[in-house]
Amino acid sequence: MITYQDEAIAHNAPKDNSVEKKYLLTAAQMAKFVTDGFLMVENIVPEQLNRAVHRDQQKGIPGHRFWRESENIQTVFELPQVKGILQSFLGTNPVYDHSFLHIVQAEKSRAQNWHADSIIDLRPLAFDVQAFYFAHDTPKEMGPTLILPGSHLRKVNTESIGRYKNIVGQRQLEAKAGTIVFMHHGIWHCAQPNFTNTTRYVFKLRLQPGQEQRGLFNTDDIRSEEVSKIINRDGYREWQGNEARLEHNMRAHLWRYVSGDDTVDESFEKSFYRMSV
Amino acid sequence: MTKLRQQILILHLAISSLEGKTIAWAFFDGAAPAEKQQMQSGDEETPPYDSVLAAMRDGWNVLQVPTLPIYIPGHEHEGGHLPYEYVLERKVDVDNLPG
Repeated sequence: MITYQDEAIAHNAPKDNSVEKKYLLTAAQMAKFVTDGFLMVENIVPEQLNRAVHRDQQKGIPGHRFWRESENIQTVFELPQVKGILQSFLGTNPVYDHSFLHIVQAEKSRAQNWHADSIIDLRPLAFDVQAFYFAHDTPKEMGPTLILPGSHLRKVNTESIGRYKNIVGQRQLEAKAGTIVFMHHGIWHCAQPNFTNTTRYVFKLRLQPGQEQRGLFNTDDIRSEEVSKIINRDGYREWQGNEARLEHNMRAHLWRYVSGDDTVDESFEKSFYRMSV
Repeated sequence: MTKLRQQILILHLAISSLEGKTIAWAFFDGAAPAEKQQMQSGDEETPPYDSVLAAMRDGWNVLQVPTLPIYIPGHEHEGGHLPYEYVLERKVDVDNLPG
């Protein structure tokens, strides 16, 4: 028997937004995100749409209203290849957090201070994703965002790292038009100077998970050698110094969480197993 | 009379030893006029000194030796700021700045 209440629930239930499996991230791609704190995907947005969004960006729409007022930017995030990646991180019904059209004016020589977006997150493993979409080519001299790969699991409070200036391994996200960089919300980053005579735009969309972030990507190869190499070896970076092995276990912990399988162990010398974790 | 001003160099090392390798650096120049741009995030690729000891040999004085990390039970595998932060200073004559 269907009651009115059931009808109301059915009506309000989230619609099935899921994409075909081929659009989901592979285990290796997800392992790379877990390790680096970001995933850069080039050529994910077609050229014509990049040009349309760039035209909208030049209309002077305030940054916080761009998402609502540009149909073209919404089309970008309706592309199945974009939705598939977001679904892999956040599930089929991500929750809108905020968005902004970031602008660095031409010939602006000041860089932003290093920071992580917002205060220390109380969720031990869950994460928001910030998608940075480049609608136009953004070479190094134009001031693409500077990030510290692998810093996303270090707990810092907003601009508490503001007195840092240069860190070994820092990377500017030079990007071609049509690139989206998906970032873990905790990654250390800052805007860079724009030495060109052209305004630089990048659109940021932050989304929260709509469900527990476990097993949401294509988990076929979560025990592959490729995954093991990414988490065990590729994640070691000079800037981690003495903390590198602890850093290894932090990403191994996150990997176990997102893989949805509490028996996977990519920790340092299988220390999770030894410690009965 | 000389006009001495302070320059601060912050070196983050890979380990707690003063001979440890530099993994991050920042420079704040109290001798520079207000209109001169200070070091910006991301504007250099190579640290000025390989270690704190190398900076000391070049005349820098150590102002701060960092306290060693304290590991809280249950949170031993968590990370935060760069832990081995050394603060160095030198005083320079603004009328006769080193090159």
